[in-house]
Amino acid sequence: MTVPPMAAGSRPFPNNVPAGRVLMQGSPGPTGRFGEFGGRFVPESLVPACAELEVAFANAWSDPAFRDELSGLLSSYAGRPTPVTECARLSDVLGVRVLLKREDLCHTGSHKINNVLGQALLTLRMGKKRVIAETGAGQHGVATATAAAAFGLECVVFMGEVDVHRQELNVFRMKLLGAEVRPVSSGSRTLKDAVNEALREWVATVDSTHYCIGSVVGPHPFPWMVRELQSIVGNEAREQCRKVLGGSDPDYVIACVGGGSNAAGTFAGFVGTGAKLVGVEAAGGAAIGRGGIGVVHGMRSRLLQDEDGQVLEAHSVSAGLDYPGVGPEHSQLAAMGRAVYRSVDDEEVLAAFRLLSESEGILPALEPAHAIAWLTREAGKEIPVGSTVLVTLSGRGDKDVDQIVGLLG
Amino acid sequence: MNLESTLRARRDSGHKLLVAYVTGGLPVGGGETWIEVVRAVAAAGADAVEVGIPFSDPVMDGPVIQEASRLALEAGTTPRGLLAELAGAGGGAGGMGVPLAVMTYFNVVHAFGLDRFAQSLSRSGVDGAIIPDLPLDEAGPWMAEAVGHRVETVMLAAPTTPDERLVAICAASSGFVYGVGLMGVTGVRDSLAASALALAKRLKAVTDKPVLIGVGVSDAAQAVEACSEADGVVIGSALMRRLLEGAGSSGVAELIAEVRAALEAG
Ligand SMILES: Cc1ncc(COP(=O)(O)O)c(C=O)c1O
Repeated sequence: MTVPPMAAGSRPFPNNVPAGRVLMQGSPGPTGRFGEFGGRFVPESLVPACAELEVAFANAWSDPAFRDELSGLLSSYAGRPTPVTECARLSDVLGVRVLLKREDLCHTGSHKINNVLGQALLTLRMGKKRVIAETGAGQHGVATATAAAAFGLECVVFMGEVDVHRQELNVFRMKLLGAEVRPVSSGSRTLKDAVNEALREWVATVDSTHYCIGSVVGPHPFPWMVRELQSIVGNEAREQCRKVLGGSDPDYVIACVGGGSNAAGTFAGFVGTGAKLVGVEAAGGAAIGRGGIGVVHGMRSRLLQDEDGQVLEAHSVSAGLDYPGVGPEHSQLAAMGRAVYRSVDDEEVLAAFRLLSESEGILPALEPAHAIAWLTREAGKEIPVGSTVLVTLSGRGDKDVDQIVGLLG
Repeated sequence: MNLESTLRARRDSGHKLLVAYVTGGLPVGGGETWIEVVRAVAAAGADAVEVGIPFSDPVMDGPVIQEASRLALEAGTTPRGLLAELAGAGGGAGGMGVPLAVMTYFNVVHAFGLDRFAQSLSRSGVDGAIIPDLPLDEAGPWMAEAVGHRVETVMLAAPTTPDERLVAICAASSGFVYGVGLMGVTGVRDSLAASALALAKRLKAVTDKPVLIGVGVSDAAQAVEACSEADGVVIGSALMRRLLEGAGSSGVAELIAEVRAALEAG
């Protein structure tokens, strides 16, 4: 195991990694920084494990055998590549040409499986036999439980009590897959608290256990590793769009942002193109839109907090976006202006859910319904008529049907 | 008063060291204030007191200190208010007769402003700071401010810390070196983890700064056991559990006196 160089007292803060150079290309360096964001703000007990993981991932990611094994799984098990669907009827309604990247068609119903299969292989490679995960909407929990079943790993998923109730179907799914679901009753009893509890469990079991984090959040190397594992979404989509668009890239690339993994994976494929990148946050969880810079869950990033640095509770109809923080790379993309971040409220989201269902026969999860909602609101306004737009449909709406029946009546 | 010099002097005159943790701003009931609790544990034999500044997301803490933090925040405790109360009580040397260190998470410090936080500690008569989610690699900027305001930063070492890193942590730490006794979060445990003694031994081999074991040291017997290798212990959750149960300052002073007596008896 290698340990990062001791830099106490010597490193300027924020450190001076040139912004842009590390952006969605290669690794964020030994300090885990995206510009002034990121880092590794964890208890000492976890520092060696993070360092070990950084080395293990770097080695695996540059090992063709690992990449081949993962590619094989992504296609034979998860169903990749996922298609890009052109939405003729929705395009007619909106006056812009809409393409959807169909992560909803992945095994387990969302993009989360891309990340989890990579981390499960890595878990085996590190000789660990147990994974823990946090989950909000339950999609990451289901994906982790699925991979754990497929690889014979023990699996415990932490889930806020509020989310246990609103995503009951996913709780059953995890249990059917053999995972233990631990409801979390501290704090706001949602995703933020599930992350806290998973970190506490990791501190206590780090020798045997890998923390399979579900988004581009947490201490270095997680934001980098999860973005790399999700970059397949954007890389596939770029090539697929070029086919559909006669060699061009879309004018706009839009994805919802909770922690930011489907957006990071999508943006990774387009950051080098001329496409405008738009992340859509929930109005009640808009860490970039309304948050300040702070440090929680091991990372320096934007987050919703009060003037004393107490972290505020997010509020969103969608459990997956009910998170007061955001991945550090998004904070940096926003600071540089390479991506913009907008927000939509619950009502707009429910309307968008209906619109996509009725116009295209696709039930989106409530999380990507945020991206559709922003598109719907801004087509012909911020998005000029006639533009081409790619939206990442990060997951399917089956898990939300119960909740939506309650909300729409 | 200076945390490290006080602890060194006590140790070098043949005593084992005892630091008590109290969550600042906790409503303790019985017409008492948390400041009175701090004073009582100091009088009962603590060599220094660690005052927790409550944070919304305390990842290094188990259920007892989580609950205390929640109650303190609900009661409207803020970092500024808490430090003002300490200053009003005369701070460590003038008010409590023992040095004080605050324990909080980095976002509280970050939001306050590193420079202003260090300055406020110093003005409130607080000698040290313990920030468990600020490991060595991220501590540089804070250390620079802390040193500038003569605040001692107590660094934590864990059972998983490799040898070379242990040396660097001890070199960077001031006040004392905080050995995390087990792999886990704060909480009351039935027995002392074997990792506590092993870590204390490794730390003593590389530093002459006071080495204290905390996290999972829950009673007098465990304190004595830990001190077979360490210079002292930090008692946190066991004390806070009593306080949450309504024992008041006399109840927690009793616990501290008991541990002190056991340590003196060896
Ligand atoms: C379908 C779907 N999309 C998006 C998200 C939000 O996560 P991220 O921002 O990491 O993509 C979730 C999280 O639960 C999800 O289930």
